[in-house]
Amino acid sequence: MADYLIRRLAILAATLLFTAVMIFLVLEVLPGDPASIILGLDADQAALEALRLKLGLDGPAPLRFLGWFGDFVAGDLGTSYAFQIPVWQLVQERAAVTVPLALLASLLALALSLPAGLFAAINRNRVGDFSVMALSQVGLAVPNFWFAILSILLFAVWLGWLPSGGFPGWNEGILVSLQALILPALALATGQAAILARMTRSSLLEVAEEDFMRTARAKGLTRRQALWRHGLRNALIPVVTLAGLQFGTLITGTIVVEQVFSLPGMGRLIFQAIANRDLPLVKSLVMLFAVAVILINFLVDLLYVWIDPRLRTGHG
Amino acid sequence: MSLSRRAILALTLSLSLAPAALAAPKDSLTIGMQQEPSSLDPTADATASIATIMNGNVYETLLTIDRDGGIAPGVAKSWTVSDDGLTYTFKLEPGHRFSDGTQVDANMVKFSFDRSIQANSTNPRRSDVKFIDSVEAPDLETVVFHLKEPDGFLLFTLTQAPFIIVAPGSADTNATQPVGSGPYKLKQWVRGDRLVLALDDSNPQAQKAKLREVTYKFVPDPAAAAAGLLAGDLDAYPGFPSPESLVQFENDPRFDVSVGTTEGEVVLVLNNGKKPFDDLRVRRAINHLIDRQAVVEGAMFGYGTPIGSFFPPTHPAYVDLTGRYPHDVAAAKALLAEAGYPDGFEVKLEVPPFPYARRSGEIIAQQLADGGIKVDYKVVEWPYWIGEIYKNGQYDMTIVAFTSANDIGNFARGPSYFYHYDNPDFDALYTKIRQEGDLQKQYDLLREAQKMIAEEAVHGFLFQLPQLGIWPKDLAGYWTSSPGNANAPLKDLYWKQ
Repeated sequence: MADYLIRRLAILAATLLFTAVMIFLVLEVLPGDPASIILGLDADQAALEALRLKLGLDGPAPLRFLGWFGDFVAGDLGTSYAFQIPVWQLVQERAAVTVPLALLASLLALALSLPAGLFAAINRNRVGDFSVMALSQVGLAVPNFWFAILSILLFAVWLGWLPSGGFPGWNEGILVSLQALILPALALATGQAAILARMTRSSLLEVAEEDFMRTARAKGLTRRQALWRHGLRNALIPVVTLAGLQFGTLITGTIVVEQVFSLPGMGRLIFQAIANRDLPLVKSLVMLFAVAVILINFLVDLLYVWIDPRLRTGHG
Repeated sequence: MSLSRRAILALTLSLSLAPAALAAPKDSLTIGMQQEPSSLDPTADATASIATIMNGNVYETLLTIDRDGGIAPGVAKSWTVSDDGLTYTFKLEPGHRFSDGTQVDANMVKFSFDRSIQANSTNPRRSDVKFIDSVEAPDLETVVFHLKEPDGFLLFTLTQAPFIIVAPGSADTNATQPVGSGPYKLKQWVRGDRLVLALDDSNPQAQKAKLREVTYKFVPDPAAAAAGLLAGDLDAYPGFPSPESLVQFENDPRFDVSVGTTEGEVVLVLNNGKKPFDDLRVRRAINHLIDRQAVVEGAMFGYGTPIGSFFPPTHPAYVDLTGRYPHDVAAAKALLAEAGYPDGFEVKLEVPPFPYARRSGEIIAQQLADGGIKVDYKVVEWPYWIGEIYKNGQYDMTIVAFTSANDIGNFARGPSYFYHYDNPDFDALYTKIRQEGDLQKQYDLLREAQKMIAEEAVHGFLFQLPQLGIWPKDLAGYWTSSPGNANAPLKDLYWKQ
């Protein structure tokens, strides 16, 4: 187990360093000068140069990389060019929206997909199965921004139950803030739920063919009991993997969904930061997203071991 | 616990009371905006929404622009110009004060301008004040500007947001904690969501204002903006981004749709320094191939005024030159053949991602194809546009709106500017325009300049970008257009009844 953990940690560290280098290099070659974007089309050359000096855009690239990466590791994310406040403060403000949103969406996706997948597997080739599969096909096909706009029209414009967008802030009340997150979370969750439901179903059906399931049936369990007691746990491994991999998709999903619902979250922030060529903000945000995805995958790896003890030997 | 039942009761009560509270005379307004300011200091950042929200409301300028585009008093109540046009003397209106209590006096004005003209200034419009030699404050209510050479645009420049009056104690922190002398002050700013301005009762300028609180909500997605208006989460949306969805508001009794103009000339920019656009005949052929009305219909759903030169139709010195190059494919083909391109040529058209540019670009590509010109059309990201096309000047054709006021001087910026247009006659004419202190004479020269640019067919001039606003029926005081990029000050807005 310790061996396995050390190996995974080493891979994690290497991935992070590689990611940091890639982010820095991509931003180096990306056309677009932050100073020109801040000062606009009528700025004169002298003002642009004065600003570039102020922003620290001069100096050799390797030195700037080391400076940035060193600061990042030490927890200093720098100051945003456009917002002129510490990146850390922006991240805290925005994470207060995006983290609950992502959690809510994941919970919704799991709450919808696991029972649906189980239901479809139990009712294989019957009406229930076909309806779940048809619904999940729709969930996969509908882009989340379109679903988002439809849900705004239905719940905000016609029914008037929920706000059309925006986020009041947690200090304005937990209830109103959660209300503002319901539709965005639903928009994010549908695609996820569709994929996970299909995966749960097919994984359960595969497991149902295994020898130990036949043994369970031979012992006198019904198909339903056998799936529930022995099948589910074994079927969950690929589902958990997929849920972990989907976390990255969820984060890119927030970029679109936060834009449509005008939520002040990290997805919208990164969109703005790229458009502004707000380099310290882009670098730190992309890096934080990468850290999050890499950590989630690390946790998923650990979760396997917990679900499937065979992997603990390291030869699985 | 009895708490929960009481809480539910309180919640129910507050929900049922909410409509009643709305029925009381309204003194607040929620405005939707597409672009979110990332900082709040217009002396350091050219983002248009900073000026729109802050100028005239939180900050004040020496002079202002009125509804008709004329120059009006601001912090200065009157001014005189010396006969040689080199000395401007302003008398300040007493009683202006910053939200932190500091009085506005001549020393503050001098400080503000010294700050913009100094060597390491990062003011986005620094080149507009380059003719100011020095600013003097002989007494607390008098400011004197000494110029290096006459500048006919100076009074206009002094109305613009990059030249707000700031105080030494707060100037450097205005980006996050704005301190201005306007009637409103920043109450709350939730970055990414909303910015709330509240009336500053202690400010003498606040006495006539009716709205006590104005919330700007940042709703970037046009469909979400429309939904927000229909759901009542937004009262107004002054710069509505999608002309195609205006119809549903025109038919809605709760709203007024206002159609005005901006200072933005939408132009098919031709790289004059590059073949084939270095040939006047080719540029004229391009102009004959463009059907401006069709572009306005197709790209803007009929909103927008066709233009034949680089000048806003609302300006008193405007000349209608849209008839100079009528839509005439045969004439265009003849010109192209004369220039040595009987079968047309291939050319790149790279446009920024704004809806007006993308839609115009698709139509223009079709129209140029009628003359045998094969257009390789591409939408590029805005920072790429600024970096490669605008700054490096590496392109064939592009489409963009030039949103600054008084920007005909772009054609006198010389061959290093991204037009790559070089005409000493125009440069000489523009110097005369800039130095002319007499307004009527300046207008005559401006008319001459418009004609010269049209005659030279420097670019394909398309249309003036419209200002499309959605306003609640019972709100009054707003402006339909934004002359000199100014908007109605919030203190003039009020709910009827």
